[in-house]
Amino acid sequence: MRKELDEILEGVAFFAGMGEEEIALIAGCGRNVRFGAGETIFRQGDAADVFYVVRQGSVAVGHFAPPRGELVIETIEVGELLGWSWLFPPYRSHFDARALTTVRATQFDGACLRGKCEDDPALGYDLMSRFAQVLIERLQWTRLRLLDVYGDGR
Amino acid sequence: MATVADDRAVGALVPSPFRVGERRQDTADTWTLTLEPLGDGFAVVPGQFVMVYMFGVGEVPISVSGPPESRGEPVVLTVRAVGAVTTAICNSEPGAIVGLRGPFGNSWPVESASGGDVLVVAGGIGLAPLRPVVLHALAHRSEYGAASVLYGARTPQDLLYTDELRRWGDELAVEVTVDAADTAWLGRVGVVPKLVAQAEFRPDSVRAFVCGPEVMIHYTVEALRERGVPDERIFLSLERDMRCGVGLCGHCQLGPTLICRDGPVYTQAQVAQLMEVREL
Ligand SMILES: Cc1cc2nc3c(=O)[nH]c(=O)nc-3n(C[C@H](O)[C@H](O)[C@H](O)COP(=O)(O)OP(=O)(O)OC[C@H]3O[C@@H](n4cnc5c(N)ncnc54)[C@H](O)[C@@H]3O)c2cc1C
Repeated sequence: MRKELDEILEGVAFFAGMGEEEIALIAGCGRNVRFGAGETIFRQGDAADVFYVVRQGSVAVGHFAPPRGELVIETIEVGELLGWSWLFPPYRSHFDARALTTVRATQFDGACLRGKCEDDPALGYDLMSRFAQVLIERLQWTRLRLLDVYGDGR
Repeated sequence: MATVADDRAVGALVPSPFRVGERRQDTADTWTLTLEPLGDGFAVVPGQFVMVYMFGVGEVPISVSGPPESRGEPVVLTVRAVGAVTTAICNSEPGAIVGLRGPFGNSWPVESASGGDVLVVAGGIGLAPLRPVVLHALAHRSEYGAASVLYGARTPQDLLYTDELRRWGDELAVEVTVDAADTAWLGRVGVVPKLVAQAEFRPDSVRAFVCGPEVMIHYTVEALRERGVPDERIFLSLERDMRCGVGLCGHCQLGPTLICRDGPVYTQAQVAQLMEVREL
């Protein structure tokens, strides 16, 4: 099982170029999970102790905004990371996440990983750099949407 | 005595009458019209556009979304109503007469793409000029390797050709995304350039055809470059304002090039520097 998880992680872009030892360490905090279509993965305000790498299916990240109901902000697809609120206090989810289809993912225990990062600053730096890159990409794509490029047809 | 050259010159400057046949509403502001020639009509290659003259209102360039392969066949246009002329086109009832000049412009190099992979990236109304590329790829599917269509729109209600997209998906990899949606939409929410990272193609053989708002083109080109696609194999259609269509008035000048005469299809290698000049 552990071996299988190492292999799965080696195929994920987020972990590309990471040493075997680091991958094994991270895999030590992971386990495979499954969500049925429509199932809630987490809700805004929930304690955020974990993050996911989606291996199959698609997840809607949204916000419940009465009276409009749930608004989908973006979807997280195969190979992408879901959840970063475990990184910083207050460790609470900012958004809802719901499986749009059957989702298979690897779930990582954020508290366990934070501990390992504190013990091993090199691992911590590497992991934080990778997360920073994901966050920057998401921010850039979000900024692009703020431009509302289809608004006037140009 | 009229010569072929004269014929072409007349077609370029004097509108020929076409009758509106079918008219289909695609979205709240976009319609697809089938225009039947009252005269000889003309053949069109993928990527070319026509000047549509709405009598008493004005004339605008519109890409051909369904090209007639030979003279006499109807011309299909997909038009988004954004102002006086495009609204008049979208409002024209079956049986109405409109004037067409053209066809103008160069073409998407669909034939030279055969043998390799092909990637179509469209945003919004930009799928209309690329529809002929998709139809060509479907008709000649065995000549291409991996073939994908990446398409983005503002919301699910703004997607064009929804029935066709489903059918295209039988033979091509079709990925659709929208900028915003409610929970009734089970597809992707996000920007179209993001899809490039995961699309299936070999960067050393692919030809990428891109059309949409210029901001979307900019980020799509960045994503293609990141995948290692050279600028020479990234083709863009530039749809800047245009008037005469025949390289006389200079309205569509972009640096040293006139889009109506030399374009609208350029490689990224040809326009990379021009697109960064703010004054142009
Ligand atoms: C080569 C080429 C191919 C085109 N193909 C299509 C097509 O297949 N379908 C389609 O719906 N439109 C297409 N366009 C855009 C179309 O020509 C314009 O929307 C049209 O000229 C607007 O005229 P109007 O009188 O309706 O609006 P106007 O009153 O002239 O303008 C109304 C609004 O539309 C904006 N606008 C004007 N020109 C453009 C443009 N070129 N692109 C985007 N916004 C514009 C203006 O800034 C303004 O905000 C194409 C343009 C070019 C140059």
